Amino acid sequence: MRKRKFINSSLKGWLYLLPAILFLGVFMVYPLLDVFVYSFEEGYNSASQTYFGTGFYNYSYVLHDPYFLQAVKNTFVLVVITVPLSTGIALIISIGLHAIKPLRELLQTIYFLPYVTNTLAVGMVFMILFKKTAYSEGLINLLITGLGGTSVDFIDGPYWAKMFVLCFYTIWVVMPFKILILTGALSGVDEQYYHAARVDGTSKFRIFMRITLPMISPMIFYLVITGFIGAFKAYSDVVALFGTNLNAAEMNTIVGYVYDMLYGDSGGYPSYASAAAIILFVIILTITCINLLVSKKNVHY
Amino acid sequence: MGRKNMNTDKKTDYEKIELTVRRQKRISDIITYVLLSVWAVIVLFPFYWMVLTSIKSYGAYNSEYIPKFYTLSPTLQNYVDAFTAVPLGKYLVNTVIFTLATTFLMLIVITLAAFAFARLDFKGKNIVFVIFLSLMMIPNELVIITNYMTVTNLDMRNSFTGLILPSVTSVFYIYLLKENFEQIPDTLYYAAKVDGTSDFKYLLRVMIPISKPTLVTVTILKVIECWNSYVWPRLITDDERYFLVSNGIQEIRENGFGRENIPAMMAAVVVISLPLIILFLIFRKKIMEGVSRGGMKG
Repeated sequence: MRKRKFINSSLKGWLYLLPAILFLGVFMVYPLLDVFVYSFEEGYNSASQTYFGTGFYNYSYVLHDPYFLQAVKNTFVLVVITVPLSTGIALIISIGLHAIKPLRELLQTIYFLPYVTNTLAVGMVFMILFKKTAYSEGLINLLITGLGGTSVDFIDGPYWAKMFVLCFYTIWVVMPFKILILTGALSGVDEQYYHAARVDGTSKFRIFMRITLPMISPMIFYLVITGFIGAFKAYSDVVALFGTNLNAAEMNTIVGYVYDMLYGDSGGYPSYASAAAIILFVIILTITCINLLVSKKNVHY
Repeated sequence: MGRKNMNTDKKTDYEKIELTVRRQKRISDIITYVLLSVWAVIVLFPFYWMVLTSIKSYGAYNSEYIPKFYTLSPTLQNYVDAFTAVPLGKYLVNTVIFTLATTFLMLIVITLAAFAFARLDFKGKNIVFVIFLSLMMIPNELVIITNYMTVTNLDMRNSFTGLILPSVTSVFYIYLLKENFEQIPDTLYYAAKVDGTSDFKYLLRVMIPISKPTLVTVTILKVIECWNSYVWPRLITDDERYFLVSNGIQEIRENGFGRENIPAMMAAVVVISLPLIILFLIFRKKIMEGVSRGGMKG
């Protein structure tokens, strides 16, 4: 009797979990295993679902594909520029927000707006602000020429100009999350530390370096890790600025390369896509591990 | 005499110090506000520009070599164009259906799972929970390839089923809800058991009402995510009748209106952005709190 009851309740538990297990199994666990299988199947044909060998050919193809190398380069440039810059600016703004009283709530609300907007839609606004067309130089270029510079086409022009817009837009998009986390961390620092330091006559800069920064370092570190991961997966903001044909614009990212291999005019190669996705995963994993090692030395918990 | 003199000296010293401190404070305040205003302008300007451009007439916009920062003859014609020249209305309806269905199904799935983890005892529960947690680390990019093949092979491309099904579970939300369920005192459960209430009834009548704040947060975050989703819908739909707003706007950019009709394009952008901005202004506190609890985008 007791035993039967236990089996019944066990069954009940699994029954409640069933939908979640089913969905996760079909759309996460199985694909996770399958992506490795795909990446080793050589010459996979998605129409006939056949392949003629197994091995590392897909990886070697991807690693020798100039489009992929371009995508890797773009992604790394984007990561290296936007992660430190956005974290730094967010820190400065959060400290400013923390120091004031009037208007704080209003400013916090404004700063959060980009988080709730559609990346594709607002990206178009950035595009028309930076783009040069036949009938207008675009607002930003007028600003530049007004200041005595020469105008550049930021959307179809030289590489560095396109990269600049992309970094600018990326920072604009990721700032809300960082400001939110950092203002939370700053207001979490116990006021008593500040009082004690002020009684001792410690300078403001020293207070910041010795108290504030160590106290919020776990959160900064959290932002750096999530920032790295997010920037490595950049894709839809790039599409928003430069359209879907990213290879032609020389602005593709690793994730963009994966999708291009899978779908669209250049698509139909799930094996190459899988190999590229796994390479991306390995890169992210490595960087995260390095981050964790560095943090052990420098973060005060 | 000498003593008195010293006293006044001291006083002016204090005043001087106080004055410089106050002046310093004022200067640093000014710098802070200027800095914060600059960023506020950078954030708000694109929104201003999109609304402004959307109410300029096509002719006026194209004749401005130097774009004007205001318009004296606002028009709503662009909004009319946005709904008639391209199927923006259809995109919006699709997105609403997709968002509501996905969020609703997800709420059912995660509530049942969180209930099992928080309240029920059964063999293997802990192992399954650990497996669930480890799935949180898997980036979407890694599984999307097979999902694309699966949905294609099941002939579910260009259907709402194909759009919705892969995103109706979220391990993170299950975890969030489980934590919340566990805070409900056990005594309530035993009292309900004594009264002969079934587990399912207990979940419906007691746990869900108590956890309403968390459920609302999860719902809003999921709605934002659905409204903005781009990659999966793009892979799975190439029939315009099933486009969501993100794909719709991309389609409008590449083929709609003709590339030059930027005011109409901006009108579409405003229409797409507005629902979420309104939602945000209503639920500001909840959204910001929910996001800071771990809602990284994507």
